Order: sequence, then structure tokens, then C-alpha cells
Amino acid sequence: MSDPVSLTDHPVREASSTPPAPGRSRHLSDRWLTVAFISPALLLLLAMSVFPLLWALYLSFTDYSATRGGPATFVWFENFTAILTSAQVHLRAFTTLLYVVGAVTLQTVLGFSIAYLISRRVRGRGVLTTLFLVPMMLSPVVVGLFWRFMLDAQFGVINSMLGSIGLGQVEWLTKQNTALISLIVVDTWQWTPFIMLIALAGLTAVPKYLYEAASIDRASEWFRFRTITLPLVWPLLLIAVLFRAIEAFRLFDLVYILTSGGPGVSTETLSFHVYKVAFLGFNTGTASAYGILMVLIVIVLAQLYMRYLNKLKED
Amino acid sequence: MAVSVDEAVSPGPVRDRRPPRRRSGGRGRVVIEVAVLAVLAAVMLFPVLWMIETSIKENRDVYAIPAKFFDFTVTLDHFKDVFVDSGGGPTTLSGSFLNSVIVAGVSTVLATVLGVPAAWAYSRFSVKAKKDQLFFILSTRFMPPVVVVIPIFLMYRQVGLFDTKLGLILIYTAFNVPFTIWMMKGFVDEVPAEYEDAAMLDGYTRLQAFWKFTLPLLLPGIAATAVFALIFSWNEFVFAIFLTSSDAVRTAPPAIAGLIGGTTVDWGLVAAASIVFALPVLVFSYLVRKHLVAGVTLGAVRR
Repeated sequence: MSDPVSLTDHPVREASSTPPAPGRSRHLSDRWLTVAFISPALLLLLAMSVFPLLWALYLSFTDYSATRGGPATFVWFENFTAILTSAQVHLRAFTTLLYVVGAVTLQTVLGFSIAYLISRRVRGRGVLTTLFLVPMMLSPVVVGLFWRFMLDAQFGVINSMLGSIGLGQVEWLTKQNTALISLIVVDTWQWTPFIMLIALAGLTAVPKYLYEAASIDRASEWFRFRTITLPLVWPLLLIAVLFRAIEAFRLFDLVYILTSGGPGVSTETLSFHVYKVAFLGFNTGTASAYGILMVLIVIVLAQLYMRYLNKLKED
Repeated sequence: MAVSVDEAVSPGPVRDRRPPRRRSGGRGRVVIEVAVLAVLAAVMLFPVLWMIETSIKENRDVYAIPAKFFDFTVTLDHFKDVFVDSGGGPTTLSGSFLNSVIVAGVSTVLATVLGVPAAWAYSRFSVKAKKDQLFFILSTRFMPPVVVVIPIFLMYRQVGLFDTKLGLILIYTAFNVPFTIWMMKGFVDEVPAEYEDAAMLDGYTRLQAFWKFTLPLLLPGIAATAVFALIFSWNEFVFAIFLTSSDAVRTAPPAIAGLIGGTTVDWGLVAAASIVFALPVLVFSYLVRKHLVAGVTLGAVRR
């Protein structure tokens, strides 16, 4: 769990009584150390991340199928044009967009509001924060199962509560219109704490004297919020939002557990569609091209993320 | 959950009424804010509480309509069913928990061994295009798992790593190394390089200085980082389900998800298994709560 070289078998300071003789060129040994320390990690990443992606890139130009086997023939950009012109893919892209924008917006608004309310409390802040953070640490599998049970149309507790206050039953996961909303709600439930946590870090870092100065000037609450709080928290919040957007874009497990893309294809995001093409249709070549296009989108988002992160660090 | 959406809207009008309230004394407003927070906390925690209730209910109470909130018979049978099957032997589910422990544990150790020295080197020395390298490292962690798993699946099938624990360990290590490097680089940055310089003036080599002076100072950070890596691999689902096929190798997340495959679902069992699965994560996250911001942003944001 912790470092294998933990305190127990660590060579104790007694060695310091016999310092070894200096001599080797310091610069040379530093260079050697850098290479020795960094390359194992980089090699692993090259083998397990870069090489697979390059292989996927190669496959994306072929008509390879994982079940049929046999040699792959080059079809060049056929897979890419097929995907980019497919109405099915456009539909999935739209679903993904709805899902990402809906979920991330909701999380941001809710998470920031909760953080703002908590930051105004003096007592019980720690306990409250801890309680709010529980959903975020759970595995998407557990979250998906929790909610699938609660949203069940027949014996789910949500419908039971709706019934007891005199509202009708809703088929949360089995109706076209509500399934995507349910997905967004569940994702929001899990990840609102994430935005809250980061917003809270930003809010508590705002220097108190700024507020004091503003209240001496008799600035209104809203004015203080708009001119002090928001500008100071915004850079950090933006990082959190971008991070969530990337995560939501690549989300797979929650869809798999909660709706399996259904009913129909109403909750099929791009990630889920890739899975279907690759592992149910076994059109490995097409799926690879599809995947490469998704990777490109992630790289663009990650670039944005890194840019804002650098900006934040420079300030 | 529609409830929570309504709650989210309600602070709006409250906020609008603030200025007059402030003048008339902030007491009423404090009450409203606390009430809103309490309701939101209840909404966030309700699913967890409901799962705990479900796990200790008898089956007929689990499916009761309308749902029973308080008056049900308490039983621990579901928890027993997670570990002990009807014949008295261990269940396949308990085997998958063991697999999870092995896979998450070994991959965390490997990621730590590979990541900590790399983080130290990135922090201390001038490396060519350091920023680009660090960006590249983090971006491997952002790749959509469903996409990465396609070539990995083919690769593993080729070299015989498909459906082996080693295969899972390798991919989880690769998935945790970027996180370990980013997280640990922050911790290393906090330890002044002068300690090592001073040790080197005493005649130690750089490596000895790292080993004897910096590493002991890094141990709390290493522990926190390892705990996060452990949680990430423990919770991981996509690689686990696509790169394994037999019960002997399968880790807990796909095994628990497999419980809802049939026509009838034993939700009591699902709830109990989920709780057994989630409990260590919650305990561990509580231990590293100080580093949560850095941990969940993969070491990118530090406060």
C-alpha cells in the first residue's frame, strides 16, 4: 500500500558517521540519475499507452476485425470518412454533448453554491465537507447500481416517494426522454462534490482583508461576490470544470451499468458507441478510427486544461 | 433526485432578498442557509443510507411497495451471502474481492516504485522539454479507457496476458504512474533542494542524499499518493471487465456488476456487496482527506 521501502527497513542515519569519499563528477552522475529514474516510468507509459494508441492508429487505416482474424487490408481513410459522415455517430455526438454540457453545468452550479454556503459557516465546516464528499469517492459501478435500484420504476424508492406525495410514477431509466436526464442526475450526484471541493479550496483562499475593505466601503453583498469572490475563485473553478468535462466525455461505466445505452440509443454516448462497434460488432478497424477521433478531442480538451493550469500556477 | 434540482434552485430567490435581510440582522438568513445546507446534505447522503438500509433488510422488505423506511426486520444474511455460498464454501464474489486486493495492491506498489524516483528527478534536475514531458505523462491518464482498451485487448491476446492478473496489474500501473508522478512532484517541490546540497557537501552522492535525507521527508506524501492510487485501481471498471473473462481473475467491480445480469436481481445482495466494496475506499479517503484536492485532480491543483 505505501512505499515498499518504508520506515522499517530504511537505512538509519547511523551511516552518516562514515561519509563516503567524494570524487565522481557531480554533473555526470546527476544526468545519469535523471535518466535512470525517469526512463522506467516513461518506458512503461510508452509500452502501455503510446504503443497501443499507435497500433490503434495503424488499425484505423485497415479493415481489421478481431474475430475474423486474418491479414488486415489497408482501406486508408475509408473508416474515418465513414464515421464522420455517419448519421448514427452524429446522433451519439449530440447525445454526448447534451450529457456533458448538462451534467457539468448542473454540477458547477450546485457544487459552487454548496461550497459558497459551507464557506460562510464557521462551525461544522469539516464535518459537512466530509459528508458531502462521500459520493465522489465511490466507484461508478457502486453508484450506478445504487441508482439503478432507486430509480427502478416498480419498486424504486424514488417512485415510492413520488407516489406518497401524490405524484405519478416515472419510468426513469426505461423511457427515451427521462433516461438521459436520469444519467445526468446520477452523474451530478456523484460529481457535484468534486466541484464543491475545489470551489471550497478557492473560496477559503480568498484573503479576508479584501472583504473587510469592501465592507468598510459599504459595498453590497452581491457587489462583493461579483468583484472579489468570483474573480478570485474563477480560475480554479475553470480547471475543475474542464477536468469534469474531460471525465464526462470519456465516461463509460455509468452508462454501461445504468442504462446500457438504452432505451433504444437514447443514452448512447460516443464512448458507449465505440464499445459497441469494437466489442459487439467487432469492426476493430472502424472502432480504432472512432477511438482515434475521440482521442483527438480529449487532447484538445487536455491542452486547454493544461493551459489554464499553467496560468493558475504562474499567478 | 428531482428533489435535489428543486433545492438547487431555491437558494436563488433567497440570495436576491439578501440586502434587506442583512440590515434587519443576519439571523434569519443564517437559519435559511443552514436549512438549505442540511437539505442538500440529506439529498446527497440519502442514496448511501438507502443502500445501507437495503443491505440489512429482509428480501420481502427490500421489494415492499411503498418503500419501508423504518419498520423493517434487520438481518445480516446479505452480508453473509457475499462471502459464504449456500454450500458453506467461499463465494466467487469473495474470490473477486481477493483478486481486487492483489491487483490494486501490487499495481500501487509498482506505480509508487516507478513514479516516486521519476517525480524526484523531474523536480530536481533540468530535463529537456520538461513541461512537454509532464504534459505528455498526464495526458496518457486522460485517454478514454474504452478506446485504449481496444488495442490493449489485441495486444494482451497476442502475448497471453488476456485474463491474467499480471495483465491487469500492468495496465493499472501504467494508469497510476502519471498520477504518482504529478502528485509526488508537488511533494518533492516542497522539500528544499538545499538539504541534498548540504548532504552532498558532506560527501554523500546525490543518490545517497536522496535516499537518506529526502525520501524520509517524503514518506507521508508517498503514503497519501499510494492511498489514492490504491483507490483508483480498486474502483476501476472498464479495463477490469474487458481484459478478464474468468471468475478466477475477475476483480470486484465487474463481479458486483455481474450480479444484476440475470432476470431477477437480488438487490439485498447487491447492496451488501457494494457496501463491503465501498467501505475500505471511504476509510482510506478519510485518511487522506487533507490531500483530497490534489488527489482528485491527479496532482494538478495544490492548495
